[in-house]
Amino acid sequence: MFSILAAKPKSSARNKTGSWRSTKMPRLLKKECINCGLCKFVCPEGCISGSEKNQYSVDSEYCKGCGLCAYICPKKDIEMIENKPEKSNSSEEAEKDKGVGK
Amino acid sequence: MNKQHLEENYYVCGHTACAGCGQSMAVRIVMNAAGKNTIVTNATGCLEVFSTKAPESAFGVPWIHSLFENAAALASGVETALAYQGKKENINVIAQAGDGGTADIGLQALSGMLERGHDALFVCYDNEAYMNTGIQRSGSTPFNASTTTSPSGKISAGNPRPKKPMVEICAAHHIPYSATSSVANPKDIEIKVKKALKIKGPKYLQIHVPCPLGWRIDSSKTIEVAKLAVSTGLYPLVEYEYGKLAKSRKISSPKPVSEYLKAQGRFRHLLKNEEALAGVQKVADKNIEYYGLK
Ligand SMILES: Cc1ncc(C[n+]2csc(CCOP(=O)(O)OP(=O)(O)O)c2C)c(N)n1
Ligand code: SF4
Ligand code: SF4
Ligand code: SF4
Ligand SMILES: [Mg+2]
Repeated sequence: MFSILAAKPKSSARNKTGSWRSTKMPRLLKKECINCGLCKFVCPEGCISGSEKNQYSVDSEYCKGCGLCAYICPKKDIEMIENKPEKSNSSEEAEKDKGVGK
Repeated sequence: MNKQHLEENYYVCGHTACAGCGQSMAVRIVMNAAGKNTIVTNATGCLEVFSTKAPESAFGVPWIHSLFENAAALASGVETALAYQGKKENINVIAQAGDGGTADIGLQALSGMLERGHDALFVCYDNEAYMNTGIQRSGSTPFNASTTTSPSGKISAGNPRPKKPMVEICAAHHIPYSATSSVANPKDIEIKVKKALKIKGPKYLQIHVPCPLGWRIDSSKTIEVAKLAVSTGLYPLVEYEYGKLAKSRKISSPKPVSEYLKAQGRFRHLLKNEEALAGVQKVADKNIEYYGLK
């Protein structure tokens, strides 16, 4: 059997990895932010967006709760709080849009 | 996920790296610094597994995986084909691998890519062991680190051999650029990738990327621990140009290596073993002298 194993660019985004979070999640205080962008730059998930002071936000559907954004913030404007669990990936969604063989 | 994120990034969310993975942090910085006109070849390893769980990919640029050992050979072929078609001017070629895929099994292909003068950048994500298969020792594992194949115990203080000097091995090919970087200073990665990609010819960049699982650290400590590696002298940030040491990041008052070691499960056994601890301090002292870090 032979088939081309290829995947659509950026198709991993359908994995809602926020369901992995265990004990903690970040909260952006939106008080002292200086728009340095470091939280967004280092987040291993790439789930922080924003480009203006005090306007950054975390997409909790993907955040794994590592705490690196809180560590790097020079203004201590991100704190880690108790996690609110995320619903896990629906299998229906994972079935959709398969890239194999296309 | 918001549309802006998906448009802005060439390595996106939904990948399956562990929380706080240094390699996952570094790869986005590398991809975004390289930009849209880039073709990537990837060795087998954690990065390949967590970014391209079939049938998905986290990459937004053409990306090819073939084997564990041949990322550099693939990149050589891609570069040659682009040059033949007259398209190389505007396209970056990046080969990437873990430290095992670089210093051990991928070394021959890498040396070939450098020796033949391909216009490509090789990025090594150095987490200092074979993480994807369960933390086995590699040639890039540091002295006295405990791994599953160099366990510490009654008769051993961990890995008995020093770390392979990959940045010097690459520099010895007299390539235009061979350097180290670290997630200790994430902006340094961006600067060095951009710098490397402006240079024509073969380039090597090795990035220190702590692995919370294999180093036995909390996922929130990835950057902090990487900083200690730099500030103790155990991970010198250096740049070689055409075989000569051109720059090194100074550390005016180096911290004792115990600061770095005590933060990680893989080194914790050393705190009760004075002789083994002194052995690691010697590695740092040697680096400080050799690279003129003070
Ligand atoms: C020829 C061959 N031998 C062994 C393997 C098994 N294998 C897959 S990934 C891996 C370890 C990769 O280690 P490294 O390159 O350091 O990357 P990391 O997972 O640590 O990021 C090994 C041994 C393989 N895929 N192919
Ligand atoms: S906790 Fe980690 S995954 Fe979540 S937003 Fe912060 S850096 Fe990203
Ligand atoms: S790291 Fe802190 S100060 Fe910088 S953009 Fe993020 S929240 Fe704002
Ligand atoms: S094992 Fe280590 S390198 Fe692999 S995904 Fe987990 S943290 Fe990253
Ligand atoms: Mg490795």
